[in-house]
Amino acid sequence: MSRFTFPDSIASRPVYGTLEPKQGKAHLMIADAEGAEALLDLGMHNPDIFKNSHVIFIPKDTGQTYIGSLADLDPEQFYVGPSYDASVPRIRRVLSGAHMGLQVYLAGTEGLIGQAQNEAMQAGIPHTAIQSEHRGSVARRMQCVHCKGITEDVTTDPFVCSHCGLNLFVRDHYSRRLAAFQGVRVDAEDPGNIPVPVELYS
Amino acid sequence: MSAAPQKVRAGAEKIDVTISAVTPLNELVTRFEFARSDGEPFPPFSPGAHTIVELNDGGRTRLNPYSLMSDPSDLSTYAISVRRDDHGRGGSLFLHRNVSVGDELTITYPVNLFPLDLRGKKHLFLAGGIGITPFMAMIAHLERMGGAWELHYSCRSRALGSYADELKKRYPSKVQVYFDDQAQSIALENLLNGQPLGTHVYVCGPKGMIDWVHSMTASHGWPEENVHSEEFLAPQPGKPFEVWLCKSDMLIQVGENESLLEAMERSGVDAPFLCRGGACGQCETNVIESEGEFLHRDHWLDDDEHANGKKIMPCVSRFVGKSLILDR
Amino acid sequence: MTIQFNKESFRGDYTFHNSDWAIQRFPFPFHEDSYMYSVNMEQHRGGPEGSVYEKRFDVDEHYVSEMHDRALVLAEDPLRCQSLPHMTLAGWDLLELIMVAKSEDYPELFELHRNGDTWRWVNKPMEIDDTFTFLDETTLPYGPMEYITRQAQGDWCVLDQRDDMLWMDAGMVTTQADWSLDFDIGMNFFEWHAPVPLAHEMGIFKRALKFLLNIQQGAPARRLNWTMTVNPLLDTSPENYHKWGVQKTTLTPKNIGAKQHLRVELQTFFRLPRSNALVFPIRCYLIAFQDLVTIPKWGRRLHRVIRDLPDELATYKGFIANRPMMLDYLSRYDDGLATSPGVWPDLEIEPELQK
Repeated sequence: MSRFTFPDSIASRPVYGTLEPKQGKAHLMIADAEGAEALLDLGMHNPDIFKNSHVIFIPKDTGQTYIGSLADLDPEQFYVGPSYDASVPRIRRVLSGAHMGLQVYLAGTEGLIGQAQNEAMQAGIPHTAIQSEHRGSVARRMQCVHCKGITEDVTTDPFVCSHCGLNLFVRDHYSRRLAAFQGVRVDAEDPGNIPVPVELYS
Repeated sequence: MSAAPQKVRAGAEKIDVTISAVTPLNELVTRFEFARSDGEPFPPFSPGAHTIVELNDGGRTRLNPYSLMSDPSDLSTYAISVRRDDHGRGGSLFLHRNVSVGDELTITYPVNLFPLDLRGKKHLFLAGGIGITPFMAMIAHLERMGGAWELHYSCRSRALGSYADELKKRYPSKVQVYFDDQAQSIALENLLNGQPLGTHVYVCGPKGMIDWVHSMTASHGWPEENVHSEEFLAPQPGKPFEVWLCKSDMLIQVGENESLLEAMERSGVDAPFLCRGGACGQCETNVIESEGEFLHRDHWLDDDEHANGKKIMPCVSRFVGKSLILDR
Repeated sequence: MTIQFNKESFRGDYTFHNSDWAIQRFPFPFHEDSYMYSVNMEQHRGGPEGSVYEKRFDVDEHYVSEMHDRALVLAEDPLRCQSLPHMTLAGWDLLELIMVAKSEDYPELFELHRNGDTWRWVNKPMEIDDTFTFLDETTLPYGPMEYITRQAQGDWCVLDQRDDMLWMDAGMVTTQADWSLDFDIGMNFFEWHAPVPLAHEMGIFKRALKFLLNIQQGAPARRLNWTMTVNPLLDTSPENYHKWGVQKTTLTPKNIGAKQHLRVELQTFFRLPRSNALVFPIRCYLIAFQDLVTIPKWGRRLHRVIRDLPDELATYKGFIANRPMMLDYLSRYDDGLATSPGVWPDLEIEPELQK
């Protein structure tokens, strides 16, 4: 099951929807792992938009699972990349040549959605006009507010910052610009008293 | 906290000005230039801002909003261009006929309800007729700051194209002018399709043109945040009506040629306002009871609010019917 | 009057102190014996002579030392001052606003000489005398916002206004109540206030936003906010929380009067003319409990406010653990007598402590 219902939270925490076809001359779709299922669902009812679509897919640990079905949607351009970072130059090139009316669809983990959304915003698309659908892992991309380092794929609270080693608790406060949630030292007022980490949303 | 409580006054702060130039541009449009009566420089303003000009028309106060069209970097003068409306309530006619160099007036500090989105990678301006005025200030600003822009300006005829020749001459590669009487029109669809990501479009002109641009950009997948419009609404004359103002505890008559807001002000009620053109939301007033029909003309309330009769914008909207009671 | 600038520190040995003048003009934030959120906006057009509300931007005895502290923070972490690319014009607006206001309001301390676009700025307390070209960034040592806010007390948030919303798109933030500009930059009004409890449900932010969107040129507004800080530490940033958080545990019944500070923010709001942005200065005033209780009315009232504050607010403001100790101390200054309405000290009418 790739869908997860996030509990209600504060106003800065992103809320995801369900991808829907939008009017536009060109479509850019970026997905990772189970995010492919959201594109497949979109294609099931709206095969036509793929004629003008550029699909960028990062399988992560899903291997070959979705690649064949995505190719069957017959997008105008289809790229499978080994990692999100590796796909960034391509995403930037596509956006730099795009025209107003381009529709952007993002699907998969919060880390991918946040980072790709930031690229599209930098290119001049308001974030409210960028569609996103969460699928798959609920791991978070966290910024350590102290050292500024980003720790990817955080699944427990608290967790250890992969840069400075502090034990951080996971906040729901989220920065679109950093595409990350905020992590704050958990034992600042009682050094050494670190709670036992628990799975997020448990 | 109430350190020193001060009552919020209605409207923006005011400036006393003297008319320094009156320049007829064509049969319908005249430019008025102001200097500050105290000789000080004007406050700087952001392009797209308007000012409200206070006119004393034979004892009756008229407050009319006009876009500031002068170069925002020139603090020695503010300028507006006014199109004469022979069928309106007389504000523009009064300016055209009765105001001349040396006259003293009061205007408000600039208020901007039509600002540039300064993040825009490019600004595409669409003007219809007198809707050119805010773009004059925007163009001067972007030229100074090095911003990318393009103007498409539609007017009735060459003779009525205020500033068309001047703009075309100064910025030949950035300005396109279209004359209705030569059957020329903006090829909007092509224009929209070619714009780079991050372009913002701004339209100022008649309602039909604004609606056209909104629907065309929507159908071409433009985010609504990238589409900006300003329509100049003047209150329209209408049948007189009667209103009971609850808080003020008084019954007032709204005359044919005045707005509900003006009637309240005439009766000494200190009602809030800013734009006087149905756009800013400041004068929003709750309806306590009504029997009759609202003539909503504002851009502020949404369709549901227009339908349910619980609110009215007294700067532009009217009422026809038996009775109206307002929470003011 | 001529201000005597204190030589003092806001870190390490914490030599910060308030003179009797500073204590009496302290912006005490509670106008009655209880506190709950409210929009509490009023116009910012002066106030009683000598009060912190009198001038557009208050300058007091802490000015020079606060600016020194700001320079230390920025040297350690330049991310405390940031401006998104479209906010440069707003930065010039802010520079103009502050230079004009300070030179008019404090002519003995600041001078601005304008000759067309060539401006000369003299800041006597900081020994600065610079000539530059207005709107030409290459003629200043920093961007316009950074240049002027290195010389102006308080934090400065510069908010872009678009789509009926305010956006935190630039700022100088080194004396903050535990929020990070680097993290919050680019957020909208509701998003950067997201972590604040209760107020969203109460509709406070919706009403406040509506008010702020309509603030016009020439008609600034103000309000107060408050929190608590152990030690007179200006830089209570999340960035350094792992260093200062532990200071909260150093409070003892013996040192609380000197160490525990009420932290008040005088927030003002000005429309910026050229950019149509809104600037939101947040000026921080600190006062030690032992100084505050020298004003009998304030001692009585602070005890009652802290005692009756909802737990959520005490938690959010970061003093829930120390509240019992604070109440022990403050109760000694509350004799149960009625207090006069309003925020002023009212030394002439309020009786001495009856204990």
